This record gives sequence, structure tokens and C-alpha cells, in this order.
Amino acid sequence: MKYPANAVDILLVEDNPGDVRLTEEALKESRIAVNMRVARDGIEALEMLRGEGGYADQSLPDLILLDLNMPRMDGREVLRQIKSDDRLKHIPVVVLTTSEAEKDIIQAYGLHANCYITKPVELEEFMEIIKSIEGFWLTVVKLPDGLGK
Amino acid sequence: MSHNQLVHAVDILLVEDNPGDVRLTREAMKEARIAINLNVANDGLEAMKMLRQEAPYDSLSLPDLILLDLNMPKMDGREVLRLIKSDDQLKHIPVVILTTSAAEADIAQAYGMHANCYITKPVELDEFMEIVKSIEGFWLTVVKLPKNPSQ
Repeated sequence: MKYPANAVDILLVEDNPGDVRLTEEALKESRIAVNMRVARDGIEALEMLRGEGGYADQSLPDLILLDLNMPRMDGREVLRQIKSDDRLKHIPVVVLTTSEAEKDIIQAYGLHANCYITKPVELEEFMEIIKSIEGFWLTVVKLPDGLGK
Repeated sequence: MSHNQLVHAVDILLVEDNPGDVRLTREAMKEARIAINLNVANDGLEAMKMLRQEAPYDSLSLPDLILLDLNMPKMDGREVLRLIKSDDQLKHIPVVILTTSAAEADIAQAYGMHANCYITKPVELDEFMEIVKSIEGFWLTVVKLPKNPSQ
């Protein structure tokens, strides 16, 4: 397994401050340098990805962790917009949500989510899941080489 | 680790023309703690017949996960990926690209065509087995796979 030479940019789209903090803590223990940015809802996420609003000089992330249920614009709409945008659709999107509804799972894959993971309620399990995502996506998988960078 | 409770065996379709890689993948999966039914298509045309349940594959159910090589005879993996991801009956099935190619153009193209993830095959035997086990560990225990609507 190879470790990426440069820091990996991750965009976490999540409205729950507790989950944001736990994700940050789990990623801090990583052997890989990770720059994590956080969007608190779908509109902010798309502004960051499109360099709109106050986000003009930001590079595109290497990986997106996307919650489904959020205020203003939910994760389904964010996913649909990312995966139909030629500048963004190559960026892997990991859906990370409390929903275990079959309907949500099949809809997310149909909208080209790269994978769907349910958030465990239990703290230790949540940390383990974040580390599994990191271990798989940052060391096993080949990520696209930041086309927008 | 929160392992999904997979009650039924997981169906995996391996699309691969190299018999050595097929055999190694089979061996790595035999050691899994999860029951796996592995079906193999030796080229893209055979894969599409299996996925579209055309004769002689009309009794085959849709796989839960597809492992797809890129460079194959008759129909290559790029075309298979394009067909799967534009077919409403198939596009929800996760496709893991597993190929020797580490070319940036192949990686970007595969993600652009909605490959679920892209992994390069290590040449070294132990590393190859590890990679197959990583795929299995992540996709079969961490990820929620879609239930096939047809099942």
C-alpha cells in the first residue's frame, strides 16, 4: 500500500457539529496528511466546489464525505449536481449518513455515489468507520489526480 | 468495526481475462469470513450477457458488486463501465475497477464514467492478495450495498 506524497484534501459536508468534530479527531490520528474542510450544508458545499461566494481561490478536494439530511440543500441534491457537472463528477463521493433506508441507499447509488456508509451511533464505531474510509480511499484506491488543481 | 449483518451470500461478478488473476482472486476470497459467490466473465461481452441475463445466463441473479478489469479482448472494461452506468437496471451496482494500468488518463476517465473506485493491481503476489482482501473488507463489511431490486 502506498501513501500519497502530498496532503489529501477532503471536503466534509455535514451539519452536525458533533460529527464534524469526531471526524476531525479520527483523521488527526491518520498516518496520511489530510486537509479537511467543512461545509455546513449543501449550498455552502456547492459554493466551495464551484469557487463561488467567498471561496474563489480554493482547490478541488480529492474526496468528498457527504451527509444526506441537511438544511437548505440536502445531500441528494448535492450529489446529483456534483455527478452531472463535468468539472466535479470525477471526485469520489462517500455518502455518510444515519439513514439505513433501502430507498436512500439505492437512490444514492443510482445518482452515482461512489459508496454509501451508515454512521454508527456508538462513538468507537464511528471512529472506526472514519478510519476504514481513510484506510481504503487514501491508501488502497487510486484517486484521480486533482484535475481542478 | 461495525460489520453489516450479511445474512445471504454476496454475489460478486469478476470481469477478468487473465486466468492467473482469476485464480488468485478466488483464493483470496475463499479466506473471507463472508460467504461469497464469485462468478467470472472472461471478457466484456460475456459480462454484459451475464448482467443482462441473456441466454445461457437467464437464471443468473444480478451481482452485489462488480470487479472490472480495463484491458480485455472483444469488449474492454471502459465500454462495459459505460454500458453499466447508463443502464437503469444496472447502474446502482458498485463497480470496482481493478487493473494494471496506473495511467492518470485511465483513472480520470473511469471516475468520469462513474466507476465507484479505481484500484491498480499490484504485480507482487502477497500485495495482490492484500488488495483483494481490502476490497472485500471495505465493500462487504463497511459499505452498505444496494439490495438488487430484481431479487
